Amino acid sequence: MVRLSKENGLNCVLALALLAAPFVATALDEPFYITLATRVAILAIAGVGLNLALGLGGLVSFGHAAFFGLGGYAAGILASHALNYEPILSSPFELNGTTQMLVIWFVALLVSGLAALLIGFFSLRTSGVYFIMITLAFAQMIYYFAISWPAYGGEDGLSIYVRNVLPGVNTMDPISFFMIAFVLLMLVILFSSMIKNSRFGAALQAARQNDERLATVGIHPFGIRLTTFVISAMITALSGALFADLNRFVSPDMLAWHMSGEIMVFVILGGVGRLFGPVVGAALFILIESVFGGISEYWMFYLGLVLLGVVLYARGGVIGFLAGKEKHD
Amino acid sequence: MSFLTVRGLETFYGPSQALFGVDLDVNEGEVVALMGRNGMGKTTTISSICGLVKYGAGSIEFLGQDVGPLPSHRIARLGVGLVPEGRRCFPNLTVYENLIAAARPGDWTLERINNLFPRLKERFDQYANTLSGGEQQMLAVGRALMTNPRLLILDEATEGLAPVIRQEIWAAVRDLKRTGQSILIVDKTLSELLPVADRCVILEKGTTVWTGTPAELTTDIENRYLGV
Repeated sequence: MVRLSKENGLNCVLALALLAAPFVATALDEPFYITLATRVAILAIAGVGLNLALGLGGLVSFGHAAFFGLGGYAAGILASHALNYEPILSSPFELNGTTQMLVIWFVALLVSGLAALLIGFFSLRTSGVYFIMITLAFAQMIYYFAISWPAYGGEDGLSIYVRNVLPGVNTMDPISFFMIAFVLLMLVILFSSMIKNSRFGAALQAARQNDERLATVGIHPFGIRLTTFVISAMITALSGALFADLNRFVSPDMLAWHMSGEIMVFVILGGVGRLFGPVVGAALFILIESVFGGISEYWMFYLGLVLLGVVLYARGGVIGFLAGKEKHD
Repeated sequence: MSFLTVRGLETFYGPSQALFGVDLDVNEGEVVALMGRNGMGKTTTISSICGLVKYGAGSIEFLGQDVGPLPSHRIARLGVGLVPEGRRCFPNLTVYENLIAAARPGDWTLERINNLFPRLKERFDQYANTLSGGEQQMLAVGRALMTNPRLLILDEATEGLAPVIRQEIWAAVRDLKRTGQSILIVDKTLSELLPVADRCVILEKGTTVWTGTPAELTTDIENRYLGV
């Protein structure tokens, strides 16, 4: 029987609150808040991705914007070719774009997975501050490449005129689009929980605690770290693809270092390694942005204060503060 | 059949030489006691076998394969299970997670570990760092067994434990011997070690100086190589 721990109870409340948000917004005739709730769900997916690497594996990646942006550009490039009826490739074979979300997600996962394999292969040979710097460096390389690539808008970015399509769902309807993001968020959280409670998850956490000890029981820490890094990147790319669809716009900003920082802030605010930490973190971030952003352009100052408070007085993030120290189910 | 064959092993820590020629064999189903005073190279020998320290000269073969070029995780996968000195569990994992993290298919399952150490079963959901020293040691042995090793290496498995817990560990070692498990064991408690050992290997200043059965171990040899 599943025990309902304090954290599980809190997680259920959080999931229900997020699910209810767009419906409450509709009832109050405030459709803007549906978009905010959708942003929370989408950015939380990016946080769940990073949380796997950072929270479980102890991999402080400062380059996850690369995967977020790659997901976004996968959506943008495929959709813009399809909408303009221009093939991506005409020889040796014709390759057309698509507006099908399922295909776009698949491409986003594939491209980011391959990129993460390459980036992780080199980055994971380092640790600590070197790992942070090398992941940042890779992300910045992709960022500057996007800026200097005029075919897809360069610095100006790339517009997607119509939201991509998912069979049986009207993606232009804000609540339907929110539901797509929400369902995907729940799925990645479930997947993340399965990893955390699996043998692989135990080995990953063991690798964070002691490499050498893990090697003496026959597990190569590099292999499980690389696998985690790739999975983490793929989840973040899925978020990027959805984010591109939400805004119907992709720009190099999605690849910039401050995006990596934002994703990390979601995780730290909510609680590193906590299942719903990124959901709370993203919600708090967007709440502060929308509330204080309307009052002052220096809203990041207030975000900084909250982050400072969490780091100094609530090391387990908001989830840790509310649900206490992590307990295994 | 010889599981482990060590010949002329020389190991260095930077410029300092720790082993000057260790010879050692462990055959199938055999319990071999690796003995010697503190600082004579027992742990370095074990670290070299497990690939934690790269050796400079000599050879180590496990199941006929040269393990010299292999990284430690590959050596472990060949079937060398190490219980390191100082009960090194994964402190922030539960007992269950410590056991399953490294589990490989074979005769050793969670159920058998529970039968060997019933205390662990009661602590399955506890973090390893909340266990007593003895329980951590049992967990370290259990974790090594869950990899289903062909050769189990116990490095000072009873050091610093209460007498009653030591008895439990020794009882487990005797159980393992009865099941035909090959074991290389380092321990200072000769009164417990000698009855369980099939053969003894004594190291002195990084060199194998004596090999024989416990019955052949005379007081003279004991005083010369093992006395304080």
